Amino acid sequence: MSVQLSYKEGVLTAKLTGEIDHHSAREMREAIDDTAQKLKPYCLRLDFMEVPFMDSSGVGLILGRVRLCNFWRGRVVLCGLSPNLNKMVELAGISSVAAIERRAG
Amino acid sequence: MMKPVNQAQISFPSYSVNEGFGRAAVAAFLAQLDPTVADLADMRTAVSEAVTNAIVHGYRDKKGTVYISAKIFEDGKAVVRVRDKGCGIPDVKQAMEPLFTTGGEERAGLGFAVMQSFCDSVRVTSTVGRGTSVTLTKHFEPKE
Ligand SMILES: Nc1ncnc2c1ncn2[C@@H]1O[C@H](COP(=O)(O)OP(=O)(O)OP(=O)(O)O)[C@@H](O)[C@H]1O
Ligand SMILES: [Mg+2]
Repeated sequence: MSVQLSYKEGVLTAKLTGEIDHHSAREMREAIDDTAQKLKPYCLRLDFMEVPFMDSSGVGLILGRVRLCNFWRGRVVLCGLSPNLNKMVELAGISSVAAIERRAG
Repeated sequence: MMKPVNQAQISFPSYSVNEGFGRAAVAAFLAQLDPTVADLADMRTAVSEAVTNAIVHGYRDKKGTVYISAKIFEDGKAVVRVRDKGCGIPDVKQAMEPLFTTGGEERAGLGFAVMQSFCDSVRVTSTVGRGTSVTLTKHFEPKE
């Protein structure tokens, strides 16, 4: 499964695995939204540690989840971004709508 | 115009599952330029944008074939062309503006901006009803 979800104390963490493109983003989106809409977490944490590739479809995936969480005033946090993914996130100016946790090390 | 030292063509039906194949095939071909990991990753991303656009926008109403040609030149230049015979773009200048999208909620409208920032040049020709051709050019400095 390309998304592994875990919930603890208001924080929903979605661990994403594999390349994110238009093809794979749909399944990830559906899995995340299904659970997020039920739990309405105050924080949705998207973990990109196991994502080796992402194109602008990944940006759409992130921005769409920010919009969704806005409905209940939840926020989105991104973590585990590789330098490649970080380049994409910076180009898209995502840091103005989601918090970015730097990769350790 | 210099002659390419090597070239490759691939084509595949516009199924979204082929997006990964398209960018991986081009990256595998360009590996013979001995590019840095970062340069190759940039080109892979740009190709992914162009292929996805052909599938999502070009062939939004009907399935069709996506054509890719890749050429490499002696000086380390790579030219990748992604073509579709889909609906075409009525206003290319507007389409290339960052954040412009006809793709709805889940699209960021950043594909062309990514291609432009990750390649040296992006050329788009398009005819409504006939299709779109996107040419990506990037120089690869050999690794140290
Ligand atoms: N091959 C194509 N055929 C027809 N229209 C296209 C094609 N490529 C791009 N377009 C048009 O240009 C617009 C902008 O493309 P761009 O890739 O920049 O953004 P997007 O695809 O809408 O969103 P994103 O790439 O961020 O997911 C598209 O929304 C579409 O209207
Ligand atoms: Mg696009």
